[in-house]
Amino acid sequence: MIDTSPSLTLVAVIVVLVTVGVYLMLERSLSRVLLGIISFSNGINLLFLVAGGVAGGAPIIGQTPDGEMSDPLPQAMVLTAIVITLGMTAFLLAMAYRSWQLNEHDEVQDDLEDRRVARRAAADLAAFEDADVEVTTTLDEDAAGAHDETQGGDRP
Amino acid sequence: MLLLLVAHLVVAVVAPTLLRLLGRKAFLLLALAPASATVWALSLTGEVMAGRGPVEIVEWVPALGMELAFRLDTLAWLMVLLVGGVGALVLVYSSAYFSASAGGLGRFGAVLVAFAGSMLGLVVTDDMLLLYVFWELTTVFSYLLIGHYADRKASRRAAMQAIILTTAGGLAMLGGVVLLGDATGTYRISEVVADPPTGLVAGVSVVLLLVGAATKSALVPLHFWLPAAMAAPTPVSAYLHAAAMVKAGVYLVARFAPGFGDLGIWRGIVIALGCSTLVHGGYRALRQNDLKLILAFGTVSQLGLLVLLVGLGTRAAALAGLAMLGAHAMFKAALFLTVGVVDAATGTRDLRRLTGVGRTLPITAAVGALATASMIGLPPFAGYVAKEAALEAFWHDGSTLVGAVVIGAMVVGSILTVAYGLRFWWGAFGSKRCVPAIAPDGTTDPSQPWGPPEPLEVGKPSLVLVGPAAVLAVLGLAAALVPQLGENLLAPHADTYPGDPGHLALWAGLTPALALTGVILVVGTLLFVRRVHVERWQSRVSVPLDADRVYRRTMRRLDEFAGVVTARTQRGSLPLYLGTILLVFVALGGGALVAGTTLPTADGVRLWDTPVQLLAGGLAAVAMILAARARRRLKAVVLAGISGYAVAALYLLHGGPDLALTQVLVETITLVVFVLVLRRLPAYFSVRPLATSRWVRLGVASLVGLTVGGLALIIPGARIHAPVSVDFAEEAYVYGGGKNIVNVTLVDIRAWDTMGEISVLLVAATGIASLIFLRRRGGPLLRTQDAVESGSVVWGNIPDVMGVLRSHNAAAAGVSSAAAEAAVDFAQAEADAEAAGAAARGDAGYVAGPPIPRAPHGGRQREWLAGGRTLAPGRRSIIFEIVTRLLFHSMILFAVFLLFSGHNAPGGGFAAGLVVGIALIVRYLAGGRYELSEAAPVHPGLLLGMGLFLSAGVGLIALLAGGSMLQSVIIDLTVPVLGEIHLVTSLFFDIGVFLVVIGLALDILRSLGAEIDRHGEEALEGVPEEVGSR
Repeated sequence: MIDTSPSLTLVAVIVVLVTVGVYLMLERSLSRVLLGIISFSNGINLLFLVAGGVAGGAPIIGQTPDGEMSDPLPQAMVLTAIVITLGMTAFLLAMAYRSWQLNEHDEVQDDLEDRRVARRAAADLAAFEDADVEVTTTLDEDAAGAHDETQGGDRP
Repeated sequence: MLLLLVAHLVVAVVAPTLLRLLGRKAFLLLALAPASATVWALSLTGEVMAGRGPVEIVEWVPALGMELAFRLDTLAWLMVLLVGGVGALVLVYSSAYFSASAGGLGRFGAVLVAFAGSMLGLVVTDDMLLLYVFWELTTVFSYLLIGHYADRKASRRAAMQAIILTTAGGLAMLGGVVLLGDATGTYRISEVVADPPTGLVAGVSVVLLLVGAATKSALVPLHFWLPAAMAAPTPVSAYLHAAAMVKAGVYLVARFAPGFGDLGIWRGIVIALGCSTLVHGGYRALRQNDLKLILAFGTVSQLGLLVLLVGLGTRAAALAGLAMLGAHAMFKAALFLTVGVVDAATGTRDLRRLTGVGRTLPITAAVGALATASMIGLPPFAGYVAKEAALEAFWHDGSTLVGAVVIGAMVVGSILTVAYGLRFWWGAFGSKRCVPAIAPDGTTDPSQPWGPPEPLEVGKPSLVLVGPAAVLAVLGLAAALVPQLGENLLAPHADTYPGDPGHLALWAGLTPALALTGVILVVGTLLFVRRVHVERWQSRVSVPLDADRVYRRTMRRLDEFAGVVTARTQRGSLPLYLGTILLVFVALGGGALVAGTTLPTADGVRLWDTPVQLLAGGLAAVAMILAARARRRLKAVVLAGISGYAVAALYLLHGGPDLALTQVLVETITLVVFVLVLRRLPAYFSVRPLATSRWVRLGVASLVGLTVGGLALIIPGARIHAPVSVDFAEEAYVYGGGKNIVNVTLVDIRAWDTMGEISVLLVAATGIASLIFLRRRGGPLLRTQDAVESGSVVWGNIPDVMGVLRSHNAAAAGVSSAAAEAAVDFAQAEADAEAAGAAARGDAGYVAGPPIPRAPHGGRQREWLAGGRTLAPGRRSIIFEIVTRLLFHSMILFAVFLLFSGHNAPGGGFAAGLVVGIALIVRYLAGGRYELSEAAPVHPGLLLGMGLFLSAGVGLIALLAGGSMLQSVIIDLTVPVLGEIHLVTSLFFDIGVFLVVIGLALDILRSLGAEIDRHGEEALEGVPEEVGSR
């Protein structure tokens, strides 16, 4: 079995990066949220490496003897994660820009519809508005009103 | 049987086209589908009677034990005849019933045939899960048919009510089905009934099944959806809500009664529901003035009787029940169809307005009389035979208290049936001398004097319209004349019940049942004759608890409850949602950490892998903390970038050169992209809100950080197996043909992962472009020449920082100190466009773009970058252009090197693509957006698409070559001059990755760079910015 004892330095870095990341993610400004996501991703990527075992040589055959390589699997996963973070960063930036373009700021607002529901519930009003709920007609009236588009025989 | 179902499906699919092409006559063609089912069932009558009905089993989902199992036994045979026969007749009827110009006929025909198919499947399947599927299909189609006139509020409401109730019941039934299947180990109905489970499971599942049956067959107290469903067109009422769908519940009871009929809870529920429905339905039917409503409540009543008969669990009652099932389908469908005829001919169904219709429409009246006679149990009609058998069977068990209650309910129900049956016929066809005055809202005022009814104009219906009802009514007479044949046909199913056999007969001698029939007919007729008194009495007795009202109130409470729950849980705040998710993570992850594991001891950890790690790690941590504290956007971004580079160093120290390379490249691009966007955003983050919320955030963040830290300490030691990657080195070399294990993992061992990831990149790139490009992205690529021709200047209107200095000089020279001050303010705060315009007019901080010099024609290009000409002169940097000119091709070359060497050394498609991305960024920064088009004269979409196509295509090639998807093939060639060439097909996969990453980078640059430039220029030029829909 491989040696897996974690490096305290890396663990400390992970704690800091994740903490700062979450702190920033909980903000409302999209660009700060984005910085938070980047920091958080870096922390989690390092967590992958730590989980893979201790540091070693580059996992390249011929460069590093067999037993001294670092684990290549978490590296492959982290590599794609890094590139995806780039895509995500760019996407969120585009969103921040668009939000600025439309609202003159890049803050994530509360969902208006949810707030409306909450307000109505707090005021004890019906939080739904469905016109079909209120029934004012009787079965007989409904039946009298229901007629098919029929041929109607020879009726004028 | 599968073939028949497919036939229905096909007919349903082509129905709209047929109806459009042929008009309403196409209903006759559609009728062929259910008719074929009827003919098929009739042709198998002999086999079914002998118990050798066909069985079809097709494996469907073996893992779940789901099979497409079908069989035709006696009960199924009877139901197929009803479903197919009435279905065909109703479709024929529809061809004459609807006016040629009626709307939505295509949908109507399709749904009706689809319903017939689902109903057919429901009755012939032998698999409980499949039964449930067909059950729900009939519910959905019924919903569509009730809501046929979707523009009417009453229609929509009735449809919604029906679907809510019947799906709720269906869900309960599914619970019962799953319980049964679990307890018996099979979902085959025949096997479950043959060997039913006992005990609690049986009790619970029986209750659930009966809830399903009660909703579908409209048993009290869930009956109210059926009268409301009369909003459907009359053919639908005749088919679904009289003959077919509402019989599904009866069918379910008849199907399971042989297995569960002796359970106390089954009998209790069946008797209670059956008796109350039988009496309540009859009572309500007597009160109605609308012909369809009379029939609807009558159907409710009869359904109660049917459930009682087939559910009681005795052989004689079951035989009577099956006979009643057939008789009811015939007379009730016929009656609905005659109501349709009357409605179409007179324009009303109100029995207070109808008069003398029988004289004008004698054939229709005769058909109605035949069907009514069968309904009220007059000899010699099918209804009489069935009712006699039922009375006989109940009388047989009538000595107990329960038996007495049952026979009492039967007698009362039958009396009411006679009364409302006679009232129905009289109401539809009779001639009335005087009727009460009807107010406009449909009510009658007893104080008003009665007068002669208004004269009606009655049209002549076509024979096609009367024919189907006549066929059904005459069949009701014919079937009764050969009771022995009916008994022989139906007995096989009745024989699966315990008890003495019953008989079907027209004359069984002077029995107590005959006496009861006499009483029923006499009392019922008396009730009809004294109808005026009965009506008055009924209108005085108010119903204390209306099921419909209870339902509406329940739904309203449900809506209110949903509103309150939504208000509590969905606050619409992103930080709140994120915080909740993270706290759950802390509670679960941290809780597991605290409860179930121990942190490693001092021997189990090390301070660092190498001391340098401390340095890089410290830098990463400190830079990120400072970034979080920064108030200026640019500062925060730069600090975060530093942290990222430090993380790259950590990767390198850990033994991941590929990771480090990728991280450095990505950080670089991220930094540039951030700056590109930040130039349009305010320089500072907005003012922080309350300090308390900051502490809360910090608290949550610390908790999450510590939990993840705890995980980081424990996870490495939690390994109990050797890692899968232990053999990667050998596999990478032998199968993957490469020495760089990480790269081979990406392009070969875990190529599917990579494939998914590049798809994500593609989606992200497209998303970015669609957020930024308010016009079409795919327009022509504007090259330098276009810019020269249009005369536009890139970056010309963006404030020139150096201009401040110049303006200071100007101020010193005493030209315009006011303008200079304005310019200084502007340069510091990047004020809005109007101020910029003012400053520009003051000629202080702006460099107006002079015309772009044309490239010298004919001579050698003397410029370093073609796009440089398009920039405002103040924006050009000759040194940058020279450096770019020198660097760009080297970088591309380096990228290609990384791409090809990546299989054996650090590099690969991701890194190579990122290098090209950086090269493009350099070109863009040096020469502006036209230079970007010069550098990469392709659409990013093309690159993205080609990349994904190449990656997937290589995978397919391996498939064609006989390997598995995405398997590598190694080809060694000896080429003269070049020597040995070692070619691995996964290289092409890597090239695909390379192209996708370039596409992403190009899309980012074109969107966040070039397009934002354009927005800025338009804003400053005063062109109103397109902002899409707000």
